[in-house]
Amino acid sequence: MSNGYDFAFAIGGAAGQGIATPGNILARIFVRRGLHLHAYNAYQSIIRGGHIFLTIRVKPERVDSHGDDLNLILCLNQDTMDRHARHVTPGGAVIFNSDSITPAEVQEGVQLCGLPIKDLTEDNRNKLVQNTVALGVMLNLLGVEFGVLESALGDQFKRKGQDVVDENVKMAKAGYDYAKEQFKDFGEPLPEGDKPLAVWTGNDALAMGGAAAGVKFYTAYPMSPSTGVLHWMAKNARELDIMVRQIEDEIGVANVAIGAAQTGARSMCATSGGGFALMTEAFGSAAMMEIPVVFINVQRAGPSTGVPTKTEQGDLWQALGASQGDFERIIVAPKDALDAFNTVVEVFNLTDHYQCPSLVLTDLLISEGTFSVEPDAINMQPEIDRGELITEPGDGTDYKRYLITESGISPRAIPGLPGYAHVAPTDEHDEDSVLISDEYTNPHKRRNMVEKRARKLKTFHDKVAAPAIEGPADAEVTLVGWGSTEGVIRDARELLAESGIKANQLAVKWLVPFHADAITEILSKAKKVLIVENNYSGQFYRYLRSETGISVDGHIRKYDGEPFQPHHVADGVMDQLGDKKVTRDGVFVPFQEIMV
Amino acid sequence: MATTTAPQLKAKDFKGKVDPDWCPGCGDFGLLNSVQKALAELGRQPHEVMCISGIGCSSNFPGYLSTYGMHTLHGRSLAVATGVKFANNELTVLVTGGDGDGYGIGGNHFAHTARRNVDLTYLVMNNQIYGLTTGQQSPASRTGMKTKSTPFGNLERPVNPVTTAIMNGATFVARGFSGHGKHLVSIVKQAIEHKGFSLVDVFSPCVTFNHDNTYDFFRERIEKLEEVEHDTSDWKGACEKAMHWDDKIYTGVYFQDKDTPALNEQEPVVEHGPRALAEPALTSEQGDRILKRMM
Repeated sequence: MSNGYDFAFAIGGAAGQGIATPGNILARIFVRRGLHLHAYNAYQSIIRGGHIFLTIRVKPERVDSHGDDLNLILCLNQDTMDRHARHVTPGGAVIFNSDSITPAEVQEGVQLCGLPIKDLTEDNRNKLVQNTVALGVMLNLLGVEFGVLESALGDQFKRKGQDVVDENVKMAKAGYDYAKEQFKDFGEPLPEGDKPLAVWTGNDALAMGGAAAGVKFYTAYPMSPSTGVLHWMAKNARELDIMVRQIEDEIGVANVAIGAAQTGARSMCATSGGGFALMTEAFGSAAMMEIPVVFINVQRAGPSTGVPTKTEQGDLWQALGASQGDFERIIVAPKDALDAFNTVVEVFNLTDHYQCPSLVLTDLLISEGTFSVEPDAINMQPEIDRGELITEPGDGTDYKRYLITESGISPRAIPGLPGYAHVAPTDEHDEDSVLISDEYTNPHKRRNMVEKRARKLKTFHDKVAAPAIEGPADAEVTLVGWGSTEGVIRDARELLAESGIKANQLAVKWLVPFHADAITEILSKAKKVLIVENNYSGQFYRYLRSETGISVDGHIRKYDGEPFQPHHVADGVMDQLGDKKVTRDGVFVPFQEIMV
Repeated sequence: MATTTAPQLKAKDFKGKVDPDWCPGCGDFGLLNSVQKALAELGRQPHEVMCISGIGCSSNFPGYLSTYGMHTLHGRSLAVATGVKFANNELTVLVTGGDGDGYGIGGNHFAHTARRNVDLTYLVMNNQIYGLTTGQQSPASRTGMKTKSTPFGNLERPVNPVTTAIMNGATFVARGFSGHGKHLVSIVKQAIEHKGFSLVDVFSPCVTFNHDNTYDFFRERIEKLEEVEHDTSDWKGACEKAMHWDDKIYTGVYFQDKDTPALNEQEPVVEHGPRALAEPALTSEQGDRILKRMM
């Protein structure tokens, strides 16, 4: 879809067949070469078996989605061959162990690269070495010199000792040489970028954003697809002096995070929708006690336990409705991994400024995806603004934690500081923390406190920019998405441009408070508006409508657990602009071709 | 948080801004007085102490102290307090609440906080009834007890907080009675000074809704562990004594394990001071190391 180099690989097999290792080696090779990548791993909630399908798309410039094409696949089992060989585009190749896998039908011009693994590995009993042989074959077909793979294998296996490195290099060389003799390479060698890049997952980005923002307390209960944040934090805790605690359940997690935040630490916790459901009462309590704490909900397909390893944007209304009562909070949906990093940093400053809880609402597509990133784009020392924090001891008289001010923001003292002892109550309270819920109920005080807290966020739109249109101003269609769909919509616009359709896009990120006026203004100028979202009921559309009164021209929605590919969106646009053969009741639901 | 020049305070200096809204005669007054005395006698200053409660009559407790405090959600006091202690282990952290809050809705946190041995002093005002909701069965209500939710008598067996705490790994387990103020002060002081998770289950009669477990009920039965042969390092013996109820009920320190370190002391990151007070920004070296590993 781009004019330049654009190549997608896939590795498929069962859980336990060692897909991650060759995937990691390839990713390192690409980023060190200065190439960008976007990897999506389709998997299930099992440790052994099932079907795993890792797609890595590589380009010299930023990669916005895992794309539509497959140029090369490595089949580690028959199942992968049967499911996916036919998806390889003409000119591509299918690599497999010809001792145990029967080739399936492929498109014309696709090279079947069967490997006599037994011969090539000299009957090595370690089944995983066949993956290394295949890596050798892949790198040869890509026109990469063997030394690159050799050094990558050295890095990957050095922990396991020189013998393991040597064995892997030998196996890789056998594959590399066999490919040189037997198969036709892709002709165009793998390009090189200007400077080496780094590689991370979205979960890494969320955790690193926290670390850079000054998180000194992280707590979680493991839950896919957010667990990577806990793993990153646990691994780096001692080096970065971060207190990391795994707690017995998400109710505990949220409350532990609140305790640490009240005590003065920047405090964060991450979970998925089910865990966030358990956290919601505490989320509201942080608003009532005016404690700044950041929650992350990494959405997976639901409801209930749902589809734990699949993606969806189905928790928007859960987030909007999280916790009883009427209260102030910030909800934001980052657009990609780098944006997730920056968003966590920004939201910490906002949550400290406004002394309210915040929710970062992201999804599996970002959190578990693997992406290239320019290291210079990651600011590990961003500005940290803790808001109105009292740090010097006082004389102990007249401090009111919930002082009624014009801004609604009351200076916050940290426990331990002489002269400012106070109670933070979850019951409604007066300026001086005294409860007004029990004996002292007082409607005027209640009203004053509700209005004080509500005033805080009145300045939010001065601090946070409204979304803007990307793409041609005279587009015939505007695609509106939120959160993680920005990249795939961008790719879809390119596809549409190739078909002569001018499209632009509006990617919405800040959900609460909502930029209702700015968005109304933008969309009122659009010729046709289609909303793209990864759920069944159009949760974002219903929210947009409730906040702005806007109705739109159509919808593209996917809710099968797999993320959009660019052509899914482009097909939807063309169908809606044209004969509406697939669109029903204004909603186009793309067909998921790749069965994973 | 140097206290060398701070004045020695009296119990009244630990009184909060408002007077308790408890019913006259409520057992909770007994613990409140004992805690205020204990804090004064231990030489604490109000800003060095944080008292965290859940929901219920007894959970209004932090509002009646002059210390820092949080009045959190029902059942969540131990979780919030765990976050407080891990973020700033220089604070003396008290956790207060009732039997419903701690042994019922907060039971999961009770078990795990004991197991973790976080250095918290958990003071449970056990009145064997739900008072604030006007008199229903609590997890500590005796079998057969008639309440508004068990009008024909409670079919369930009550929790035994002492054995539960010991079996879950609590390193200090005691029982007190709010009618025995002096004894309670001594127990509370020992609990605060204990490095690790301490439970003090305090019989705190509900004069309005519990007509079974009255002051007289306890006065007739209580025997102090200090006055009988008892080895506080023997968890089995402690559990045996904790099983007494109908004829004799022991108060005092049942069990203490002085060897197991508090979890919050074991985390190497606390060596660099409380996390709550740490400089939030990473150093450029820390940032660079992280980025290098991604290349």
